[in-house]
This record gives sequence, C-alpha cells and structure tokens, in this order.
Amino acid sequence: MDNASAAADPGGTPAVARPVGSVRAALLVVEGLWAWYRRNWRATVVSSVVQPVLYLLALGFGFGSQVRPGEATQGLPYLAYLAPALLVAGAVQNAAGESTHPVLSSFKWARTYWGIIATPISPGQLVAGQLLWIALRLLTSGAAYLVVAALFGALTGPGVLLSLVFAVLAGMAFSAPLVAYSASVRDEGQGFNAVFRFVVVPMTLFAGTYFPVSQLPVWVWPLAWVTPLWHGTELARAAAFESMSPLPTLGHLAYLLAVLAVGVLLTRRQFTRRLLV
Amino acid sequence: MTAADSLLVHASGLVKRFGDVEAVRGIDVGVRRGEAFGFLGPNGAGKSSTMRMIACVSPRSAGELRVLGMDPQRDGPRIRARLGVVPQQDTLDNELTVRQNLQVYGRYFGLSRDTVRRKAVELMEFAQLSDRAEDQVEPLSGGMKRRLTIARSLVNDPELLLLDEPTIGLDPQARHLLWDRLYQLRHAGVTLILTTHYMDEAEQLCDRLVVMDGGRIVAEGSPAELIARYSTREVLELRFAPGHQRDALPVVATLADRVEVLPDRLLLYTADGEASLAAVHERDVRPASTLIRRSTLEDVFLRLTGRSLVD
Ligand SMILES: Nc1ncnc2c1ncn2[C@@H]1O[C@H](COP(=O)(O)OP(=O)(O)OP(=O)(O)O)[C@@H](O)[C@H]1O
Ligand SMILES: [Mg+2]
Repeated sequence: MDNASAAADPGGTPAVARPVGSVRAALLVVEGLWAWYRRNWRATVVSSVVQPVLYLLALGFGFGSQVRPGEATQGLPYLAYLAPALLVAGAVQNAAGESTHPVLSSFKWARTYWGIIATPISPGQLVAGQLLWIALRLLTSGAAYLVVAALFGALTGPGVLLSLVFAVLAGMAFSAPLVAYSASVRDEGQGFNAVFRFVVVPMTLFAGTYFPVSQLPVWVWPLAWVTPLWHGTELARAAAFESMSPLPTLGHLAYLLAVLAVGVLLTRRQFTRRLLV
Repeated sequence: MTAADSLLVHASGLVKRFGDVEAVRGIDVGVRRGEAFGFLGPNGAGKSSTMRMIACVSPRSAGELRVLGMDPQRDGPRIRARLGVVPQQDTLDNELTVRQNLQVYGRYFGLSRDTVRRKAVELMEFAQLSDRAEDQVEPLSGGMKRRLTIARSLVNDPELLLLDEPTIGLDPQARHLLWDRLYQLRHAGVTLILTTHYMDEAEQLCDRLVVMDGGRIVAEGSPAELIARYSTREVLELRFAPGHQRDALPVVATLADRVEVLPDRLLLYTADGEASLAAVHERDVRPASTLIRRSTLEDVFLRLTGRSLVD
C-alpha cells in the first residue's frame, strides 16, 4: 500500500506518524500530563507539600516538645522520629488524591483517556504512563518536603534519600489498586469519600506514623500490617536512622512490590475493559 | 494492486454486540481510497458502533474487518497512526490551551516537538482559531471546540478521516465553514467516512452512502442513485392545520405513487408536481399552503426508515 499518497495537507508540512515503543508511549502520556501540570501546579502544592510540612511543625515541634526520647521513638527526639514517617504518609495521601478523581474524570468528564486511545497509544501504555506520572508526582512532592524538613533541622542524615525511594514505593503500592478501583467507578465517585474516611485517614493515624503500632491493642496490629503505609514507614525510618537489617527489609519490600504488581495488573484489566468496548 | 487493496475499509458480516444488544448486525461495507463515504441512520442505528470498530478502539464481535489493508485486532496501533478520528463526543483536554491540545495530541503519534509546533500553527489557521491559540479550551463555544476537535484529528496527516456527526451543534455558518474544510481535505486526497443526521450535509459531502437502521444496512448508493431508486422526481407538499391532514388523505391517495403523512402535512411523491397539484385542487382539497420541490435524501430516509430526521 502506498503511504505517500496520504496526507491531509491543509498547510503544507506532512507529518510522519508512527506507533512508538511502549516506553516512549508511556513517556508521551507523562508529557501530556505534564502539560496540564505546568499550568496548574500551584493548586497542588498546598495539599502535596505544605500539608505534610504543617503536620511536621505542629506535631514535631509543638506536640513533640512534650515527648521525651525513649524506646517508642527509637531513642530519638520526636521531631527526628516523625520526619521520615511523614514523608511516607504524605506520599500515600498524595497517591490517594492523584489516583481517584483525576482518573475517574479522565474517563467520565474530561474523557481525555478516550482521546488518547484513538492514537497509536494502547490502554496498557496509557496505564504505564498514568502510574509513572503519579510516581513522579510523589517523588517531587517528597523531595520538596525533604528540603523543607532539612531546613527545619528535622532530618538525621543522608539516609532519607533512600527513605524517599521507599515512600514512593509505598505510595505506588497504595495508588495502583486505587487507580484500578477508580477506573471501575461508573457513578459520580461517591465511593471516594469512603476510601478517604475509612481507609486513608485511619491508616495515617494508626499505621505507625505518629507512634509505634505496638502501642495499640494486639487485635489492631494485623490491620496496620496490611497497609502499604506501615511497611513504607518501617523502611523509611530504618533507612533514615541507618538501622536497616536484611530480613525485615526484604519482607517489607516483597510485600510492597507484590501489592504494586497486583495493582498494576488490575489497573490494566480495568482500563482495557472500560476503554475497548 | 488488487481490488481489495484499493478498499481502505472493507467489512463483511461485521457484527457488534454489547451484552444482549446487537448494535451492528452483519454489515458489508467497502470504502474506496479518495472517496467520501457516509453512514446515515436514525438514533441507535449502529453508526457510532461501526465507526468505533473502524477506528480500532472497539473490538468486533463477529465478521471480518480490514482497515488500510490490516486487521484492527492485530495491527491497531499501526492503523491508528494513519487515522484521524472525530468522535461523536469531544475528548479535548479542556484545561489545556488550544495550542497545547494540538501539540500534546500530535506527540502521541510519535511526531517530533518541532513538527507538532509547526502543525499546531497550521491547524489553528485551518480551523480559524489562531486568535485563540493561548486560550484555555473550556470556555470556548461548542462550535469552536468542534472545530478544534477536527483540527486535532488532522495532526498526523491521516489518510483516512473518520467523522462521527462532525457538525453536531454547529450554527449554519460554522457548518458551511466545516464543509469547506472537508472539501479541501478531499481535494488533498484524504478519504472521508462520516455519519450525519443532516441530509443536506450528506448530499453535499458524500460520493456514496449507506442508510443504516436497526444495525443493518437498508440501502446503498450515491445520493442521486438513492433518490432515483427510492423516491420520485418531485414531491408535492400539502400543509394543513395539524390533525386535518388525515381528512384529505383518502381523497388524494390515488394522485401520487406514494403518500407520507407527517404531523402537519402530506407528502405526495409524484413525477409531475404541477399536474398533481392541479388534480388536488380539482378534487376540492384546500390545504393551507402547498409546495412543489425536488426529492431529497430526506425523502429517501423517510421511505427507508419510516422516520423523519427532523422530528
Ligand atoms: N458502550 C455501549 N454499551 C452498551 N450498549 C451500547 C454501547 N454503545 C452503543 N450501545 C447501543 O448500541 C446501539 C447502537 O448505538 P450507536 O451509538 O452505534 O448508534 P448511532 O447510530 O450512533 O446513534 P446516534 O445517531 O444516536 O448517535 C444502541 O442501542 C446503543 O444503546
Ligand atoms: Mg452515534
């Protein structure tokens, strides 16, 4: 078949369109989301960076001044104990925000996903790009938080850079299954309120951010253990305080990676099912 | 090049099911390179379902389909790279500017940054949106958004352009501007497939069209062929006060090949409108007003689907 005879040519320049490789395709989706972010980033800074910093100030400095370093704080001042954990909690909260309404809207109101799959980009590549974008958002917000926390003298050492990696991993382990859920929502997203009220908020309160889970009644422990937040917090603190030991580290990593993998598979299935009807 | 190769779209026995609903019930279609091909049909006829299968975003339930000589199931991305799609519902990014919409979309086709920058300028010119380049899309009028959607569908210089009700919601002026643009594209060798509810649009734009009803193709041909086959040369319209048209029906029924009853009028299909009108007057029928006109696709549509498009 002859390609050259083609060309809608209103203005002159013929374009040479072709499908790109999967990695490039995902990066192009990221580029599209970046175009949006460039215009709208101001609105997101408050929730993604300022909020965790406020928690650090209020609880780390304010409340923390009343807490004596002890076994529960791993022998550290409360501010130092809290800083890496809030990094993870912030990542999970941001993940919740990025994985709910924006995703549903791209299906339902803005319908931008439908526009994207009309191009050579496939639903699987779209999923990769969308998740990669969320990961980048978590990474940059976390980095911004770390800079502020360092200025306040809340950080104990360079280990927090590794904590940042773990925070993004925990955030994504929460994000991926949630994106899959959001892709399955057909109503106006009323279910998201329940997700925030009954999952995100209790998780940030009781999964080891502000005090060790061991302070809670024994029957609550398993509830904390299933959350990505708890695993991420354990990892982030160990990295920040340079107290990592191989076995727990591997266990936490394996759990988070497994949840992430399942979440990605579910997301791919939901996207394909909804977009290719 | 064999005959099948010159068909940009070739469907046979094509079926689309949504659960229990059979939206497309085994249609055969061939669209040749360079022609403008139309799908007409009432709401729910299966036009959009067919368009989406051709656009390689909706897997077929049964039958055969080849687009640009390839199988949508296997070669979807390669086919989509060479298609332009204007969906029935806009999928613009309302929070981006006009220019960004064009550039971002072009990038999905693997075009370089340089190319999409140039393309965006050309296409904004083409759609007469240059003065809105840096405006956000959200507050644009419906017609401007539609024009942007059409401009966007051209960003990859498609060989085949799929337009699902392209002029929906446009004022007459914007429609004519769009027709003008579509002529230009056809002139440049682009193959067009469009659906529409406007018969004048179909007559203006389509070399060939099919009429769909209930998921099936009920007629196929050029607008002139269809009119010749399914209608008479002329139509005599007798307008009455609503409800009174039925009283006259038995009297005039024998004066025409066929009579259609609309809420406020009778349509008499006849070879010679003047003669029929004289006969009507002879029989003492006094309509409020009368009109003799040539048959249009509208009349074909009415005959084939039993429905008027304007109601
Ligand atoms: N995603 C879907 N899920 C279930 N049913 C669908 C879906 N899309 C279309 N249908 C059904 O398929 C049939 C044909 O719909 P389609 O949109 O193809 O019609 P159409 O000819 O484009 O109509 P219109 O002129 O109103 O746009 C309808 O009965 C519709 O309800
Ligand atoms: Mg339709």
